[in-house]
Amino acid sequence: MNEGQPFIRWDWIIDNLDQIGRRLGEHVYMTLLAISIGFAISFALAMLIRSRPGLYGPIIGFSGILYAIPSVALFALLVPFTGLSVLSAEIALVSYTLVILIRNIVTGLEGVPPDVIEAAVGMGYTPSQRLWRVELPIALPVIVAGLRIATVTTIGLVTITTLIGAGGLGYLIVNTGIRRFFDTSTYTGVVLSVALAIAADLLLLALQRRLTPWARARAEA
Amino acid sequence: MDGIGEVIAWFTAPEQWSGNNAIPLRLWEHVSLSAASLAAGVAVALPLGLYIGHTGKGARTVIAVANIGRAVPSLGWLGIVYPISVALLARGGLGFWPTFVALVALSVPPIVTNTYAGLREVDPDLREAGRGMGMRESELLRRVEIPIALPVILAGVRASAVTVVATATLSSLVGGGTLGAYVVQGLFINDLPRVVGGAIMVAALALLTEWGFGALQRASVSKGLRERASAQPPAEALRSAAGA
Repeated sequence: MNEGQPFIRWDWIIDNLDQIGRRLGEHVYMTLLAISIGFAISFALAMLIRSRPGLYGPIIGFSGILYAIPSVALFALLVPFTGLSVLSAEIALVSYTLVILIRNIVTGLEGVPPDVIEAAVGMGYTPSQRLWRVELPIALPVIVAGLRIATVTTIGLVTITTLIGAGGLGYLIVNTGIRRFFDTSTYTGVVLSVALAIAADLLLLALQRRLTPWARARAEA
Repeated sequence: MDGIGEVIAWFTAPEQWSGNNAIPLRLWEHVSLSAASLAAGVAVALPLGLYIGHTGKGARTVIAVANIGRAVPSLGWLGIVYPISVALLARGGLGFWPTFVALVALSVPPIVTNTYAGLREVDPDLREAGRGMGMRESELLRRVEIPIALPVILAGVRASAVTVVATATLSSLVGGGTLGAYVVQGLFINDLPRVVGGAIMVAALALLTEWGFGALQRASVSKGLRERASAQPPAEALRSAAGA
């Protein structure tokens, strides 16, 4: 904090609302992109594991190693290949979602009671009808639980991407905040990223409740 | 950057091995900061988790701690702590202290949730049997509950250790050195071999931490339990971490 300066300078926030809004927008965009691509890849790999269960160990093992590499290191290792860019940021962000999403999709599908599957078979469902109409809806709460963890984690990791010039709320925390001893900017970035994480979490929870009305009906019964 | 040759040249250059930006110094900064933070985190989180897990009182505290831990990112903690540490300590507020406090805050939630979940999963019959054998509460905790819950507790310590080692990297943003300094300096002056060299060391240290604590966790399974134990965190911990 600079001497004689109030802890939070509201006038700076008001004067810079457009920049703050742009950083927030970048943050949301990078998060959505990473989660969408990560989910698509994870879903495909989970389907592969479903037909070849032996692949679960190697796939989870590999994505687990990716997950254990610190974000700063992974972002930095990508810079020689894909530069200081959103692309480098996204490759790392997507990698981090895989282990969480694959594990939850697979666990969710494995949790479908065998008698339910048998009933579906008995009713003449084809394997793909069974998957889309019976198994995935039942697995949905576990899948959404994975999406919530992955989304909140990604929102946190996106703050770091400012180190490789990808913008986002980390720009307010590091570039205009910590590096300039300007606390108003630092705290604006921190508060918005935490608020974004909580909002995204609650939104996904609401979505899950909406998509699985039977779960609530059963809980109330 | 022309590739691996330049990175090797960076590693073998004499300035990487002596002076105030040398690898041994940066490694020491990284390891000592991480070890101190993890030790402090365990000292805070373990008694809290054991108390709540043993008594069953304060489960809401666990959920609150887990949710805060989930929502506040690593850089967020540093951003919260750094201005306060500079305001309180002036120049002394740079470097070690802000990152130390941020790392302790980061390391607490996984240890609290796992300790709590590990103790809660102890079969209530075993507790009753212990009491029936005349064990005091502290004995019950020490001789029954902790040995059974140890792999789960250590899974929490392992998660915290990996996060701490990874996040110690950010200390370089506030003048704290560590191996992250090479990444941050390199990105700042566009010296890619330095960026990559630093990143390789950070990644290696994090993976070593993960494997080291993993081995410790597997070795911690009590002999009597070895056959049926699993090193996976219990479902309860995952659910509470998901806030569900």
